[in-house]
Amino acid sequence: MELPQTRDILEKLAKDIRADLTGDVILVGIHTGGAWLAEELHRMLGLSTPLGMLDISFYRDDFERIGLHPEVKPSDIPFDVDGADILLVDDVLFTGRTVRAAVNEIFDYGRPARIRLAVLVDRGGRELPIEARFTGVKLDLDEHRMIDLLRNDSGGLELRLRPGN
Amino acid sequence: MQRQLNKNGELQHLLTIEGLSAAMLHHILDTAESFVGVTEREVKKVPLLRGKAIFNLFFEPSTRTRTTFEIAAKRLSADVINLNISASSQSKGETLLDTVNNLSAMHADMFIVRHAQSGAAHLIANHVAPEIHVINAGDGRHAHPTQALLDMYTIRHFKRDFHELKVAIIGDIMHSRVARSQIHALTTLGVPEVRVIAPKTLLPKGVEHLGVHPYHDMAKGLKDVDVLLMLRLQNERMQGALLPSAQEYFKYYGLTPEKLALAKPDAIVMHPGPMNRGIEIDSAVADGPQSVILPQVTFGIAVRMAVMSILAGS
Repeated sequence: MELPQTRDILEKLAKDIRADLTGDVILVGIHTGGAWLAEELHRMLGLSTPLGMLDISFYRDDFERIGLHPEVKPSDIPFDVDGADILLVDDVLFTGRTVRAAVNEIFDYGRPARIRLAVLVDRGGRELPIEARFTGVKLDLDEHRMIDLLRNDSGGLELRLRPGN
Repeated sequence: MQRQLNKNGELQHLLTIEGLSAAMLHHILDTAESFVGVTEREVKKVPLLRGKAIFNLFFEPSTRTRTTFEIAAKRLSADVINLNISASSQSKGETLLDTVNNLSAMHADMFIVRHAQSGAAHLIANHVAPEIHVINAGDGRHAHPTQALLDMYTIRHFKRDFHELKVAIIGDIMHSRVARSQIHALTTLGVPEVRVIAPKTLLPKGVEHLGVHPYHDMAKGLKDVDVLLMLRLQNERMQGALLPSAQEYFKYYGLTPEKLALAKPDAIVMHPGPMNRGIEIDSAVADGPQSVILPQVTFGIAVRMAVMSILAGS
């Protein structure tokens, strides 16, 4: 399966968000890929609002099965969440469990006015009633096929399909 | 002796710093860094250990350590049960392991153990079912690993790197489980020069075999030091023949601004608490600009949250 160019997907996602942009929207990326993507979108959209980052390790629903993620990063929410208009950003939307955890974590910082979701890839396979407001591309991937967002040394983002079995 | 690591190399219990790798210590400190942010939020808790039952088993009185474990467990959403056992079942003749068996039958997930006997936490760790985790919160003169970890967190926070530091531990090294754990942690993390400063009667024989340099004189021992780890001088030491008097001790080993001036100008002063002002530390130092004693307390919560969540997830 051929992936579209990551740059094209990014441009399309940025364009969709720009068309619906309000002045005080705050991007919050989910560690790691979502945080890179949020940084890139923040730049592309020329936003001057703060940029947030969430590590959802403490909110995961699979702690009982797999324990704590070995590399937890501190979350960074450098703004007042009460009344904020948040655009949550993640690289790949799959089961929806990561987004569930992120929304729960945001509410422990305060009561936002609104949270919307932007993703680079929606690959289907949802296990929770969660949909993105902005989507770069929809892919129909086999359940076991993994897709990752990588960042090279110069900061460029690239989607990579892991080799299938 | 009970191994702290399970077959996958994960931390199953935290009983002592001895034998843990530098990578494991940094993993705990890194995890704690993420919890520091949590404790500064509007909602100071995360749902990680929701539904877990954590028992504080304190066979020796301690308000401060027990409270910090209790706060840490509550910030992880666990249920905490405090048992001050010196006051109840032990006086009725129940053995340590009977107490543990009873609490295990109540579906305990974790025991936090403070005991006057060295090895008590190891004994419990050897005895409990594999899904139960044990944290040593101080056993006799042996170890107090979470105190040493929060000290390492504080040093890393203020000094960034361990590899060029001179660190002095000052006071009752002989009876201190805190000092033992600190020495293991500092040498494991690559501190090139660890000094211990104490009167001869309070320095154990052969302490240099732990990789530390002993001093009996504060003027020599404090020269060029980056970090001063003060120890609490326990009052009962005064009653024996080990020390002449509190005044005498303060004169030679109490940390005053004059003695602190012998260390590096940016040296930090730490103390595990509770402090004896005017015995091991002068108020002018304890409350002065180089003191990081209160940040230690704050970091202590995050470090204990990190240890509990790493154990519970192993």
